[in-house]
Amino acid sequence: MNIPGNLLYTKDHEWARIEGKIAYIGITEYAQHSLGDITFVELPKSGQELKQSSYCATVESVKAASEVFVPLSGKVISVNSQLSKNPELINQSPYDQGYFFTMEFSNAAEKNNLMDAKAYETYLESISK
Amino acid sequence: MNFIPHTQGDIKQMLETIGVKSIAGLFNIPAELRPNSFDIAPGKSEFEVTEILRKLSLKNATGLVNFVGAGFYDHFIPAAVDSITSRSEFYTAYTPYQPECSQGWLQAIYEYQSIICQLTGLDVSNASLYDGGTAIFEAMMMAIRQTGRHKIIVDSGVNLIYRTMLYTYTLNLAIEFVEIPVIHGQSSREALFKHLDDKTAAVIFQNPNFFGAIDDYSDAVKEVHKSGALAIASVYPVSLGMLKTPAEMGFDIATGEGQSLGIPLSFGGPYLGFLAVKNELVRQMPGRIVGATVDSDGKRGFVLTLQTREQHIRRQRATSNICSNQALCALRAAVFVSLLGRNGFRLLAEQNYQRAEFVKEQLSKIGAVEVKRSSPTFNEFTVLLSKNADEVVRLLIEKGFAAGFPLGRFYKGMDNYLLIAVTEKRTEEEILSFTDCLKKVL
Repeated sequence: MNIPGNLLYTKDHEWARIEGKIAYIGITEYAQHSLGDITFVELPKSGQELKQSSYCATVESVKAASEVFVPLSGKVISVNSQLSKNPELINQSPYDQGYFFTMEFSNAAEKNNLMDAKAYETYLESISK
Repeated sequence: MNFIPHTQGDIKQMLETIGVKSIAGLFNIPAELRPNSFDIAPGKSEFEVTEILRKLSLKNATGLVNFVGAGFYDHFIPAAVDSITSRSEFYTAYTPYQPECSQGWLQAIYEYQSIICQLTGLDVSNASLYDGGTAIFEAMMMAIRQTGRHKIIVDSGVNLIYRTMLYTYTLNLAIEFVEIPVIHGQSSREALFKHLDDKTAAVIFQNPNFFGAIDDYSDAVKEVHKSGALAIASVYPVSLGMLKTPAEMGFDIATGEGQSLGIPLSFGGPYLGFLAVKNELVRQMPGRIVGATVDSDGKRGFVLTLQTREQHIRRQRATSNICSNQALCALRAAVFVSLLGRNGFRLLAEQNYQRAEFVKEQLSKIGAVEVKRSSPTFNEFTVLLSKNADEVVRLLIEKGFAAGFPLGRFYKGMDNYLLIAVTEKRTEEEILSFTDCLKKVL
């Protein structure tokens, strides 16, 4: 399972990539694999204020419709417009082209609530047992 | 399915369990709202009761020659509509609950959806809604979800019944409504452009409007889109046999009352709401959608599709709380339109138009009647009478005519205005006799 070392993770299988004041948000390899072929994603609107762990997006796959929770608090800067036409990017490239949106996070201390790659790997092992 | 009634024992046990003394105790209906027409003495035989009810039903004015429309129209329904829809394989009001086991039903709904798409010119129709009013409400909510805005502009030519439904349904929601006036039969562009802004989620028009006037809303829709709002049209489906479609005018969503497609007028329902949208709005569309596919052997089949929008999967995040459709009425509409076919449907529309124009011509000969001609109309139009329209309607009922809808009931200051509808059912003889009688009572 691909778990990049430069990302932060949640127990709900979202990731955040911090670049200065901006965070890229998406779902993990594990999440896309569990969902199966993704057919549609409903994203938040630019400018929307989100609170850590609150609902931010919905992913529909051939199996289910699942909610996505935002790893950090802050304001949505831009959404990945590629996903409306090519939701399969989430399956093909969950950590890069399949990101959901970028946000300006408002509280850096919240990063402490997230897991690093190693902790997430251990977490995945614990839930797959 | 067998009907298995509750026994007295069952009822007693259930009432005791929840601690209620009688069935009446389950309801809290004020005395003045309880039915008082069941005052039939006890001990009467079935035959006696039937006679009492038959005599009571004779009080209904069913035999009047009908010129009333106002959203609901007296069209001819071929016997084949009843005959096909009453087949036991079809005869249920509900959408099937093990849908893929009911391929015939799903195909019927699929055909209905295809018909609605062809009539409106739009990409996707759902499996139907309860009535024209619910359909406008759902269209409005789609626009609010899609745009994230909360202001709605409604043309006052939209049926008051529907406008009232919008206001009632949204009583506890933070939605701002603006009504724009109808001037000389047409929706005021000036008022529309004044109110249209970046807070507007949707603009709702009706074509033909409540006064019967037809308009080409293309110019208005263009401006609506510039502001980032959606344009919603409520349309009279029969008129689409000859008028420009909502899609041709650029509308994003078309809704309407489907009663005129093979469903009899009956005290307000059950009727049929239809809803069709552009492709990009399909995820915001409420209700069921039937799709065509192929099975593992490559054979054509039908399934409920995009169900992830619906309550049973998406729970509180569902697009809408609608999880059924008006299946039987939708089937009637599908059978009705299929029987007429493309040419028949156009002919039906043309006959309605021509007969209404004939009535206009006849009425123009009466000095006490002014036919309003500021806008073209389809099969319904407004006249100004020399007398109170309610009074005229009352007098004509005695002569066997339902003369029209007095506009003073819905619009202030229009007490002498009458809205007259003419369908293909009105014969030349009826029309001449009607105009003659109208002349006499004025």
